[in-house]
Amino acid sequence: MVAATARSPGEGGGWRRFLGYVVLIFFALVFIFPFVLALVSSFKTLPDIQANPVQLWADPEYGGWTLDGIRGLNTQSVRIPRWALNSTVVTVIATLGRVFLASLAGYALAKMSYPGKQILFALIIVLLAVPGVVLLIPKFLILKQLGLLNSYAGLIVPLMFDAFAIFLMKQFFEQLPDELIEAAAIDGASAWQTFTRVMLPLALPGLIALTILSVQGIWNEFLHPLIAVPAAPELATLPLGLANLRASFGEAQPWNTILAGTLITTIPIAIVFFVFQRYFVQGVAATGVKG
Amino acid sequence: MTLGSGGRVDDPAPAVSLPEAPPIVSEAAPAAAGPLKVKRGKPIQGASGLGWMFSAPALIGLLVFVAIPIVIAAWVSFRDWSGLVSPFDTEYIGFENYNDLLFQDGVRRTDFALSIRNNFYYVLFVVPMQTTLAFVLAVILNNRFLKGKGFFRTSYYFPSITSSIAVTLIFVFLFQTSGAINAILPFETINWLDNAHGLFHNALGLIGVEEPPTWMIENGFMGVTYWQWIAGPSVAMFAIILLVTWTSIGTFMLIFLAGLQSIPESVEEAAKVDGASTFQTFWHVIVPLMKPTIFFVVTIGLIATWQVFDQIYATNFGGPQKTTITPAFLIYFQSFRNSQAALAAAIAILLLLVIMIFTFLQRRLIKSTGDV
Repeated sequence: MVAATARSPGEGGGWRRFLGYVVLIFFALVFIFPFVLALVSSFKTLPDIQANPVQLWADPEYGGWTLDGIRGLNTQSVRIPRWALNSTVVTVIATLGRVFLASLAGYALAKMSYPGKQILFALIIVLLAVPGVVLLIPKFLILKQLGLLNSYAGLIVPLMFDAFAIFLMKQFFEQLPDELIEAAAIDGASAWQTFTRVMLPLALPGLIALTILSVQGIWNEFLHPLIAVPAAPELATLPLGLANLRASFGEAQPWNTILAGTLITTIPIAIVFFVFQRYFVQGVAATGVKG
Repeated sequence: MTLGSGGRVDDPAPAVSLPEAPPIVSEAAPAAAGPLKVKRGKPIQGASGLGWMFSAPALIGLLVFVAIPIVIAAWVSFRDWSGLVSPFDTEYIGFENYNDLLFQDGVRRTDFALSIRNNFYYVLFVVPMQTTLAFVLAVILNNRFLKGKGFFRTSYYFPSITSSIAVTLIFVFLFQTSGAINAILPFETINWLDNAHGLFHNALGLIGVEEPPTWMIENGFMGVTYWQWIAGPSVAMFAIILLVTWTSIGTFMLIFLAGLQSIPESVEEAAKVDGASTFQTFWHVIVPLMKPTIFFVVTIGLIATWQVFDQIYATNFGGPQKTTITPAFLIYFQSFRNSQAALAAAIAILLLLVIMIFTFLQRRLIKSTGDV
C-alpha cells in the first residue's frame, strides 16, 4: 500500500519533491557552512582571512596553511587551555550536583507525602519562569555576602540548583509504579536503599537525559560566570573568556585564534550531541519551556 | 500533568499538557516498570520528615539563589543604591527608580525607552521569522518519501545546542565588513555591525523620504522622538536578528516536527481524496491542526526574545549608538558597568513582570486549548 502510493504521481513526487530538496539543501548549507568556514579559517593566516573570507582552502600566496591561530590560543590574554579546564571542572561538578539534588527532590515530590509538598511544588513551578538575567544583581550580592565571589565554589554551586531539573526528575519518578516501593519496604529495605537500589536504576533514562541537558546547559552558560568571577580572569569559563576576547583586542582581531577558540567551545558539545542525539531531541520541548 | 498512554510526560510545569511536544521521557521507564500498573498520588513513606530530608537540599539552594534574589531585587529597586556600597547603607527612596525609568525626563528614561524600542523590533522580526522558517522546514522534512531526513534534521538543529557566545563570534566574523557575508552577497559592501541606521528609515529613504517631518523630531515619547521610535531595528541589530533566528530555528523545527508526526496520515489522505490541492491541504487542514503547537512556539519565542543578552554582549556591547541595547542588557550594564544598580534592579523587576505575564497567559491558554 505504502509502496504503491510512493510511486503514484502527485504524491510528493516530481518537481515538488525536487523543490523540497533544493530548500532543504540550501538551509543545510546555511546551517553548516559557518562552522566549516570557522574551522578552515582557524588554520589560515590573518591576511589570507582578510583577502579570501569565503575560500575553503588556504591561499599559498598568503602563507598557506598555518598553526598561528592555534599558537595564539595560549598567551597572556588568551588562555583557552585554562578556560577549557575551568569549563570542564564546572560542568562536571555542577552537573553531578544538579542531577543528584534534582533526583532527591524529584523523588520526594513524586513519591512521598509530607506537609508543605504542594507549596514546594508550586514554588518550583513559579521559579521555572524566572529568567536568569533578572537575578544578576541579587545573585552577585549573595555570592559576595557568602564570600563566594571570584571562586570556583561561587562558579559551581549556584548552577547545581535548577527548578527545571527538579521538575523533570519528578516527572520521571512519577512514571514508576508505587508497588515497587511497597515491595522494597516489605523486603526490609530502608527508604534510602529503596531510593538508591530500586528507584534510581529504574529512572536511569531520565538521569541520562537530565545529565545530557545539564552538561550542554552548564558548558554553554554565560550569564552566571559573568557575574560570579568578574575579577578573576583565571577562573573564566570558555564562553566568558571568549566573549571578552573581542574587547581585549580592539581593531586588529586575531580571527584565526578566536575561531579556533569558538570551535574548542563547540566541539565537546558536538560530540555529546552526536553520541546522545536521541536525548537531545526528546529534551527539546523541555528546554524550550525553560526559554 | 497527566501521563499519556505512551508513557510520555506532557509539558513540563507550565501547561498541563504541551500539545504535540515530543516525549521527554523515553519509553524505557515504563517498560522497565514491567507489567505493573502505574498508580500515582498515593502516599508512600509514612514519615513526613523523610520527604523534607530529600527535598531540603534542593529547596535551600533554590531559596538562596533564586527565590531570595527576587525579593532582594525588589527591595533594592526602592533604594538609592549605586552598587558600590552595601545596599544596607542606603536610603529608601520609594518609587523614584521606577519614576526615573518611566516618567522623569533624562538619560535613564531615554536609555530605557531605546532598549524597549530595540527589543520590540528584535521580537517583531525574530519571532515571525523563526516560527515561519521552522514550520516550513518541518513540513518539508515531514514528507514521508524524503531521503536523508536524519542528516537535515541534525544539521538544522546543531546550531541550537552550541554555545551562544561561540556562534555569536562566528557570526561577527561572517558579518565583518571584509567578511564572508559581504563577499557572498551581490551588493556593494555593507557595514553591518557598526551601522546604527534603522531599517525602516532606510526603507523610507528608498521611497524618497529623506527628511523626517518636523513634528516627528520635535515631539516624542519617553524621551525618544517619534522619528526615532519608527526607525526599525538598526542594521547591526538586524545582524543579531539573523543570528538568533539562525540559532533557534532548529529547536522549533523539532517541536513542529513532533506535532506534524502526531497528525494521522489518514487526515491528509482524506483531504486529497476530497480533491484538495497540496497547498489547500496545507493551509486548510495542516495549519489548523497545528494551531496549538504554533501557539506554543510563538509564546516560547516571545518569552525568550524579551531576555536577549548573550548575543548583545558579544556582538557590540549595546552599540552602535545604543541601537542594540535591550532591557536585559541594561540590567547588566547599569549595575555592573555604570554604578546604577538600584535602577538596574527596577528594570529587572519590570522585565520580570512582563515575562511573568507572558508566561501566565501561555499557561492559561495552553490549558484551555490543550485538548485541541
